[in-house]
Amino acid sequence: MMSQKIPIALKIRQLVTIFLVGIIVIWFLSPVVLITISAFASPGDYYQIEKVIPTHFTLNQFKSLFFGLEAWKAILTSIKVAGLTMLLSFILGLPAGYALSRYIFPGKNFLKLLCLATKMLPLMVLAVPLLIIFMKMGVSDTIWGTSLAHTAMVLPIIILIFSSILSGVSVDYEEAAMIFGLSRLHAFFRITIPLALPGLAASAIFAFVLSWNEVFVATILTLTNRTLPAHILKTAMASPDYLKFTAGFIMAAPAMVFIFFVRKHLVTMWGISLK
Amino acid sequence: MISFNQGEKKWIPYLLFLPALIYLAGFIGYPLVKTLQLAFISEKGKVGMENFITLTRDSTFWKALKNTLYLLMVIVPLQVILAFLLALFVNGRFKGYMTVLYIICIPLALSDVSAALMSYNIFTSHGFLNKLLIKFGFIDAPIYFFGLGLSSRAFWVIVLTELWRATPLVFVILLASLQVISKDYFEAADVFGFSSWQKFFHITLPLTMPSLQSALLIRTLFAFQIFGVVWLLSGRDIPILAGEVYYQQAELSNFRLAATYGFIIAFICILISWVYLTFLKTKHSEL
Repeated sequence: MMSQKIPIALKIRQLVTIFLVGIIVIWFLSPVVLITISAFASPGDYYQIEKVIPTHFTLNQFKSLFFGLEAWKAILTSIKVAGLTMLLSFILGLPAGYALSRYIFPGKNFLKLLCLATKMLPLMVLAVPLLIIFMKMGVSDTIWGTSLAHTAMVLPIIILIFSSILSGVSVDYEEAAMIFGLSRLHAFFRITIPLALPGLAASAIFAFVLSWNEVFVATILTLTNRTLPAHILKTAMASPDYLKFTAGFIMAAPAMVFIFFVRKHLVTMWGISLK
Repeated sequence: MISFNQGEKKWIPYLLFLPALIYLAGFIGYPLVKTLQLAFISEKGKVGMENFITLTRDSTFWKALKNTLYLLMVIVPLQVILAFLLALFVNGRFKGYMTVLYIICIPLALSDVSAALMSYNIFTSHGFLNKLLIKFGFIDAPIYFFGLGLSSRAFWVIVLTELWRATPLVFVILLASLQVISKDYFEAADVFGFSSWQKFFHITLPLTMPSLQSALLIRTLFAFQIFGVVWLLSGRDIPILAGEVYYQQAELSNFRLAATYGFIIAFICILISWVYLTFLKTKHSEL
């Protein structure tokens, strides 16, 4: 790459890089920045067509969204659903991921393939029958119904991610612990889990965000106990514009904060979940 | 790993996987069977294609299929090309490339609902685009992108939104595969005096081909499931397959037709996966 040692060529290269970086940053960041501005802008400024950048800011939209349109209830539901999804996919996914990462057994490839295959299955095909099943189980329109459906969506991905994270922790440590008399279960909880903790925490956040963002199943499965995206989908287009922007901002902000915390694992995690 | 397994019972891995397997059977397997029941049994209890016949007689079905395919054909190629260029650029590892990487990944964290609202914020009649154009005197009155009879404009806004929202998905897959290409290949190529183009076509492209193919597959499958962005920006003015599942179920409470639509989406997805996997021979299970 650096075979050209002519300074001018290098300078042009640098300038092109800076220019491209500029375009990329503007393209990816501007929608986020603009909705943040709009979320706080006063409606008066928004409806003035000459005013590109608003100068008056207010929290009134947040108030009317939270209390007038009951978004606080939807936010609470979303947190509960995403939390439950996270918990369920951990309880079910951790042993399964451990089995895939530490054992060689007949049918292992089939199970891996099964996890991959379920990712290719569209959620739309599951939503309708799940509603019928949940109605029979008596959990339709509850946070349990939505969490159970979200876990079905997240679990195959989480199993594969866990398997890859646990494979990253060397078996040697576990073996050493077992030689010193720890049982496999103890070795797992005292040695492997602490070593895999950053990755596991990132996966937990990943599961949370997947559930927090999911709208299709959540809308179909609930009427009164709607998650935030479902609530927005049902009510947003009938509300004034400035409330839509505030709603969009409220949805986006926590997800972006979460992602900031897991940024080191971004490429690995989405790489696995999308492969 | 083999010594590790000695003296342990063979059923342990199965026992560990069992709870997850039971869960997936109950909440994915069983619903799938239920979908078949709903789609292939008519209201009067007759087994057959009756629901499919009702569906194909409705012109909305054909519109939805057409729109979904249109969106797919416009979005997927653009997305893969853009993502590949982005991945090649970021993989150049210039100073501060990690920051650029995070910024590109921001849309990954967002739902289709908030992405749709973000683009509504830009393209609506009082949005930033119209205000800017008026400010600089390019236009006198706002251009309307949404509303009755404007679905062809809304279509392009949807395309742009999807390009913004989902290009990073492809980007991440491609970047991951670029990152593992050994530097040795390029050094060897330098020794033999390869040009940058030759390096790209003889090293980078062949080595990223499997990822490129799986990115293409994933994006195609996702494109059949596109819902939130279209539904929020155009409602049913641009009917799409997933939107019809929602409409039949949530608005009309027609379980059978909703399930039939769902079955059709799933069927197309499975068919596409099968075609991709047989003809392109992507090594998918290499995790």
